[in-house]
Amino acid sequence: MRCAVEVVGVDKIFNAGKADHVEALIGIDLAIEQGEFVSLIGPSGCGKSTLLRLIANLTVPTAGAVTVNGKPAEQARIEQDYGMAFQQAGLFEWRTVAKNIELPLELKGWDRARRRARALEMLELVKLPEFADHMPWQLSGGMQQRIAIARALAAHPPLLLMDEPFGALDEMTREHMQAELLRICAETETTVIFVTHSIPEAVYLSTRVVVMSPRPGRITGIIDVPLGAERDDGIRESSGFFGKITEVREALRGAEFGVNAGALALGVDDR
Amino acid sequence: MVALFVMSTETVPTSAPSPRLWLARVRRALMFWVALALVAGGWELYKKFGPQDGGEVLGWKILPRAKDRVMPHISDMLSRFGEPISRSTDETVLSVVLKGVWFSLRLVLAGFGMGLAAGMLLAVVMTRFRFAERAVLPYLVISQTVPLIALAPLVASWGGKLELFGWQWPRWMSAAVLGAFLTFFPIAVNTLRGLQSPNPAALELMDSFAAPWHRTLFKLRFPAAVPYIVPGMKLGAAGAVIGVVVSEISTGLRGGIGRLVIEFGRATTSDPAIVYTAIIGAAFVGLSMAALVAGADAVFMRNRPKEAQP
Repeated sequence: MRCAVEVVGVDKIFNAGKADHVEALIGIDLAIEQGEFVSLIGPSGCGKSTLLRLIANLTVPTAGAVTVNGKPAEQARIEQDYGMAFQQAGLFEWRTVAKNIELPLELKGWDRARRRARALEMLELVKLPEFADHMPWQLSGGMQQRIAIARALAAHPPLLLMDEPFGALDEMTREHMQAELLRICAETETTVIFVTHSIPEAVYLSTRVVVMSPRPGRITGIIDVPLGAERDDGIRESSGFFGKITEVREALRGAEFGVNAGALALGVDDR
Repeated sequence: MVALFVMSTETVPTSAPSPRLWLARVRRALMFWVALALVAGGWELYKKFGPQDGGEVLGWKILPRAKDRVMPHISDMLSRFGEPISRSTDETVLSVVLKGVWFSLRLVLAGFGMGLAAGMLLAVVMTRFRFAERAVLPYLVISQTVPLIALAPLVASWGGKLELFGWQWPRWMSAAVLGAFLTFFPIAVNTLRGLQSPNPAALELMDSFAAPWHRTLFKLRFPAAVPYIVPGMKLGAAGAVIGVVVSEISTGLRGGIGRLVIEFGRATTSDPAIVYTAIIGAAFVGLSMAALVAGADAVFMRNRPKEAQP
C-alpha cells in the first residue's frame, strides 16, 4: 500500500543559532499508510502540532523531507491533497454554513451549482442537512466543529489533519463527535492524523498512537491499537480499551521522566 | 444627536428582527426627535429668562445675549425659510439653502468616495508590506496634524491652474480633495486594523487551501475588516463634511453651503434668522452623510453576530 504520509529524518529548529534557539523536533521518522487513523499525543511543547503543520506544509522543516500522497508536502498542499481542522472551528461568520463548506471549492474554481451540491452532500455526511442557510453563530460548538470537518473534507481529500479539534467541547459532545468522526472517515475512506492531549480520545479513535516527548521534541513510542474497525460506545468500557489506555499512559510517563527530566519546568508552546 | 449613541445595542442571537429589536429601533428614532425638541426648548427658555445684553459668571463675560438680534426665535428661523432671499427676487431662502446643500453634498460624496478609496488602498498596501506600515503610518498621523485651514488655500490654488493629461482641475475639486484629506485617515487606520484582525488559524486555513494572497484578501481579510471599516466610515463621513464646508468657507467657493454661511453671516445685523437657515442646512448635510453610513452599516452588518462587533 502506498504511504499517505512519509516523514524522513525531520528536524525543526526555531531561531537557530540565537539565544531563543528551540529544538522543536529532532530526528522524526514516521510513515503512515492510507486508511490509518494516527494520533499524536504528548505534553505541551513536544512538537506534535509542529509536526502536523510540517505535514501540512504550513511550516518547513530545518532538515529532512516530508512526503504527502507521494508528493513533496508543498505540492500536496497546492493540490489540496489534505483538509485541515483546528481547535477553533474557525468558520467565517459572514458566510452561511453552506458557503463555509464551499470555501475550498471556490478556491479550486468550481462553479456555483457544483459547489452547492457538494456542500449539501457534506451536510448530509455530518448529519446537519437542515442548517445549510444558517449563519455559523447560530450553531452550537459541536455543530460548528462538524461544519469545520465538512469544510475540510469538501474537496474529498485523501488525508485529514486535525489539531485538537474537540479540545474546546464538553465531554458528552466530545464522545459523540469522536464516534461521528470515525463513521465519517470510514464512509469517506480518509486517512487521519489527529493531535490530542487526551489519552482515551487517542485510544478510541486510532489505529496507532504516536507518543511524543519534549525538549527536544521527538517520538518516544508508537503503540498499535488493534481494537478493530467497528468501534461503538461499548468499546469504551472494554478491558482491551483500558489496557491500551494504561499502555499509552505509561509510555507518556516514561517519556516525561526520561532523558530530559531536568528541563521539565521550561514550557515551550510550539503552536 | 447624542441620544443616537447612548442607546445600547441588544444582543439578539437570531437573524430575524424580533419585536424587541423593532421597539429598540423605534425608541432610538424617537430619542432623536426628543433630543432635538429639548435643544429647541432650551433655546427658547434661555431667550425668555436669559440676560438680554449678556451676563457675567464670576466676572467672566460668557453668557450670550438673549435678544432677538443675536438669538432669533426658532419659529423665525423656520418661517425665514419660506420668505424670499431678498426684496429684489422671488427665490425663497429654502430654495437657495437646498441648492447649497445639494452642491456641498455632492462635493462631500466625492471627497468621501476618494478618501474611502485612498484609505482602503493604503491599508491594503500596509497589510501586504510590513515595511510600508512602518514607513507610511507615521506620515499619515503627521498629515492629520496639519491644520485644514492652512492647507485649504494651497489646494484651492490648483483650481483652474493644474492640468493633468488634458483634464483641468476644477475649482470644486479642491474642496472635495480636502474632504478626502480628512476622510482617508480614519478609513486607513480602521481598515488596517480590520485587515490584520483574522487570527493565525484563519490565515493558516487559507494557506492550507493554497489560497494566493489576493484571494485571502478578498475572501478573508476584507470580510473580517467590515466591522472595523464601518466605524471608520462614520468618522470619515464627519471628516468629509468638515473638510468640504471649511474649505468652501476659507476659499470662498461659490455654490455650497459653506459660502452661504459667510454670505448670510454678513446680513446678521439686519436679518438675524437667515444665518441660522444656513447653519441648519450645514447640519442637514452632516445628517445626510450620517444616514448614508447608517444605511451602509445596516446592509454590511446584517448577517453578523450582534455580540462580536468590536
